[in-house]
Amino acid sequence: MNHRVLIVDDSKLARMVMASAFRRIRPDWLLTEATNADEALNAIATGTVEIALIDFNMPGLDGLELVSRIRQRQPNLPIALVSANLQDEIIARARELNASFVAKPVTDEALGAFLSGAALRLRKAAQ
Amino acid sequence: MRSDVTGLSESERDALAEIANMGVSRAATSLRQMVGEQVLLSVPAVEIVSRTKAAELAERGGAAKLVAVQQSFEGPFSGRALLIFPEAQSLELVRSIVGDEHSLEDIIDLEQEALAETGNVILNACLATIANVLRRTMRMSLPSVVRGDGTTLFQGPALGSESDLVMFLYIDFTIKNRDIRGFIALLMDLPSIAALKDIVRDFIDGLDKHSGNVG
Repeated sequence: MNHRVLIVDDSKLARMVMASAFRRIRPDWLLTEATNADEALNAIATGTVEIALIDFNMPGLDGLELVSRIRQRQPNLPIALVSANLQDEIIARARELNASFVAKPVTDEALGAFLSGAALRLRKAAQ
Repeated sequence: MRSDVTGLSESERDALAEIANMGVSRAATSLRQMVGEQVLLSVPAVEIVSRTKAAELAERGGAAKLVAVQQSFEGPFSGRALLIFPEAQSLELVRSIVGDEHSLEDIIDLEQEALAETGNVILNACLATIANVLRRTMRMSLPSVVRGDGTTLFQGPALGSESDLVMFLYIDFTIKNRDIRGFIALLMDLPSIAALKDIVRDFIDGLDKHSGNVG
C-alpha cells in the first residue's frame, strides 16, 4: 500500500536527498514537503498525512517542538525526527513523544526500517 | 544560478548550510559526550565576507578576547575549522570536560592539552561528516590553540590573492547548565569556495545515481 508522507525540513537539499531515497526504496509513495513548522501543521490539519519525517534544527519551532504540537492532535501518527544531532537528550525527547529517530546523513536502510515499521502500524490501526 | 565566485545562489547557500549543519550536529554530539550536558545549537549562517568582517562576526558576542582550537583541512577544497569561545570561559569548558573535582591549579595545567584534544574530537566529527557526505577525502592537521581577537584568529596565510574574501560558515552553541557558549566555524578562501560549489553541484546531480548513504 502506498502512503502519504510529509517531509519537513528547512533545507531544500535535505528534502531533495530524502525524496531521492524515496525514489529508490518507496517510489510509489506520495510525498509532500513543508519548509517549517507552520507549513507542516497546515499540511497535517488537512488530515491526509499518514507519516511525517521532521528535521530537528529549523528556524522557528524546532523539530521536537513541532512533534509536540502534532501529538496534541495526532497521538499515533508515525513520526521520525531526522537529525545529525544524536545527543541523548534529543533522542530521549523524541522517544517521549512517541517518535522514532533517523540519523542524518540518512541511509536507505535506516529510512526503510522506519517506513516499514510505520506501514505496519498503519496497517494494524486500520484493522 | 549565479556563477560568480563571490556570490552564492540560494540553492548553494542552502546546500552548504545543510552540509555544515550535519557536520556541526555530529560535533555537538561529541561535545555532549565530553561535557555530559546537552549542547544547544543555532541554525547555521553562511556568509561570504572579508576577513575583517569575519573577525567582527567572531566578536559579536561581546568578547574581544577569544580562544580558538583550529585545524586546517586540505583536499579538493581547503580551509580551517575552528571551535571558538570567549577566553573567559576557557577554564570552565576544561572543567566541564575533566570534571569538577579538580583543583584550579590542575585545570590550568590541563588547559592547553584539554582544549586541543576537545577541539580535535569535535572538529574531526564535523569535518569527517562533511567529507563523507560529499564523498571526498580530507586531510586534517593537528589541532592548535590560538588566543586573541577575531582578527588574530582569522589572519590569512600570506595572501597573494587579489581579494581577502572568505566563506565564513558558523553555528552558535551553548552548553546547558554551564556558562559556556561559543561557535564552530569553517573558513574557506575563494578558490576553495569555487571548488566546493562544483562538488555540491556534483552531489546534487548525483542524488539519484548513488545507492544512498547520504542525507
